[in-house]
Amino acid sequence: MAALLAVEGISKNFSGLRAVADVTFAVPEGEIFAIIGPNGAGKTTLFNMIAGVFRPDTGGITFDGTRIDGMTPDAVCRRGIGRTFQLVRPFPALTVEENVMVGALLRHPNLSSALRRAHEVLWRLDLFDKRTQPASSLTLPDRKRLEVARALATEPKLLLLDEVMAGLRPTETDRMVEILKKINNDTGLTILLIEHVMRAVMSLAARILVLHHGAAIAEGVPEAVVREPAVVQSYLGAEAL
Amino acid sequence: MMKRLLHGVPLHATVLLALLLAALVVAPAFANDYLLTVLIVILYFAYTGQAWNVMMGFAGQLSLGHALYVGLGAYTTAALYVHFGIGPWIGMPMAILISVACGAIIGFLAFRFGVGGVYFAILTIAFAEFARIGFDHFSWVGGSAGFFLPVANYSHDDLMNLRGRPAMFYYVILALTAVAFLLCHALMRSRVGYFWQAIREDEEAARSLGIDTFRYKMYAILISSGMTAPAGVFFAFYYNNLFPEQTFFILRSIEIILGPIIGGVGTLFGPIIGAFLITGLAEVLQELLTWYGFDPPGAKRVFYGLCLLVVVMILPHGVWPPLSRLLRVDRETERTGDKAEP
Ligand SMILES: Nc1ncnc2c1ncn2[C@@H]1O[C@H](COP(=O)(O)OP(=O)(O)O)[C@@H](O)[C@H]1O
Ligand SMILES: [Mg+2]
Repeated sequence: MAALLAVEGISKNFSGLRAVADVTFAVPEGEIFAIIGPNGAGKTTLFNMIAGVFRPDTGGITFDGTRIDGMTPDAVCRRGIGRTFQLVRPFPALTVEENVMVGALLRHPNLSSALRRAHEVLWRLDLFDKRTQPASSLTLPDRKRLEVARALATEPKLLLLDEVMAGLRPTETDRMVEILKKINNDTGLTILLIEHVMRAVMSLAARILVLHHGAAIAEGVPEAVVREPAVVQSYLGAEAL
Repeated sequence: MMKRLLHGVPLHATVLLALLLAALVVAPAFANDYLLTVLIVILYFAYTGQAWNVMMGFAGQLSLGHALYVGLGAYTTAALYVHFGIGPWIGMPMAILISVACGAIIGFLAFRFGVGGVYFAILTIAFAEFARIGFDHFSWVGGSAGFFLPVANYSHDDLMNLRGRPAMFYYVILALTAVAFLLCHALMRSRVGYFWQAIREDEEAARSLGIDTFRYKMYAILISSGMTAPAGVFFAFYYNNLFPEQTFFILRSIEIILGPIIGGVGTLFGPIIGAFLITGLAEVLQELLTWYGFDPPGAKRVFYGLCLLVVVMILPHGVWPPLSRLLRVDRETERTGDKAEP
């Protein structure tokens, strides 16, 4: 089957610093694909290139049969890629449901149908009871789920999640893992996630890409990748196994 | 139509609004000329504040040059009237068109090239200043010597030509303010309104949700500049004289934004409450200082500034948000009404 997302040899330099170096990978439709690597490895930069925030210096990105590198972030979203931010960026003065409704308005121009759609997504993310609270009053775990809800409301074909479990307690992490698994199961949504919490990665991802100093040093199924010496050395450390 | 407009508004809020409107409608029957003049000034600032609020309060774009759109509206209709005998209502679409065209140029230059925040504010000031200097040398409309509409003592109101007594002007500006309020109410609860609020809160996050931020910021400046122009038409026909040094002066732009800031930026009632407070305060201070026979030059301004300072320090989000909670017409109570099921 043709990949939903195909990244081919993309690189990004920040005034001399090579943040992402010649990375290639493909995500088939319906799969949960994880990107791991130490801090500063270039994971977020890679996401930002896919999401249209940065134009890659080299290489190309094909999504759903179309080249999307160089498109603006809003155009990329309209093509069907939803993303979350590592540092959450809710609309603080809006309520939880309004936050999600803004996302839903993309595909449902009618206000009441957008609100209905937002409520469906809020149910999935366990946020329905908090829908009338201002987003600024939410705790971090709730904000992380709001971030996912808002992206989901744009009805993407591919969801990019940047460390949505970082800073969560183990029970909260498990809750997020269950939610993501269920969404992937029910809707067949393709998910590309950056994650540090290995427990979550191991239980979610069908395949893993490991980044180190901007370069891909390993790719494959989780069980194989975590045994590769290069990965253990550069990232996981002996005790993580 | 009415039903749609009032959707989600609690009943007693509608009643309060109807009472306020009724009081304003009957006011001329009880008010003397002085009070009527004050009310006209209040409504003028409520109207312009509402128009400015579309840009800053809804879409988060700070304009410090709204006097430009007032001035363009004023000069356009005044020139059409004086030179060609074209009435203000026929001139108004032209005034709006010119204002919107200017807004489009400013918006395009700023938003296409990513000028935001204080830099955008400076750009709006610059354009108002260009206009001030330009009109100073624009002899067709009097240049720096001023432009005057013919005045007579009117015993009959000529609504078509906006020539008449204060009560007529009062009803004109009241109608404009009511229309602006309804328009803003509809905008705030529309797709565009929510996209604006998303841009105001976090532009990058808004873009990540597929919102073409350039396009929606352009809509904001086009609507706001277009809404502001009729205030200029009113200004020209009410005061009958226009001077570039006053019309386009930055102080005029600042006056426009004081009301919504004191009342509550981004709220529907903020510009109205704010206009009552700032204009009322100025008048009351004047009365008090005269009463006590204490009137050294500048005293009024100093007290005025101090009062505004105190309000802003105690109520950083303006008077309306806490007042709305007090009256129980805020969003929280508004929303308990629609318990939607998934
Ligand atoms: N906008 C930017 N400007 C300059 N340098 C950046 C920028 N974004 C990221 N970097 C640098 O690129 C490298 C990779 O960062 P990042 O992609 O955020 O890593 P990760 O998400 O894997 O922790 C880091 O050294 C970081 O400092
Ligand atoms: Mg990162």
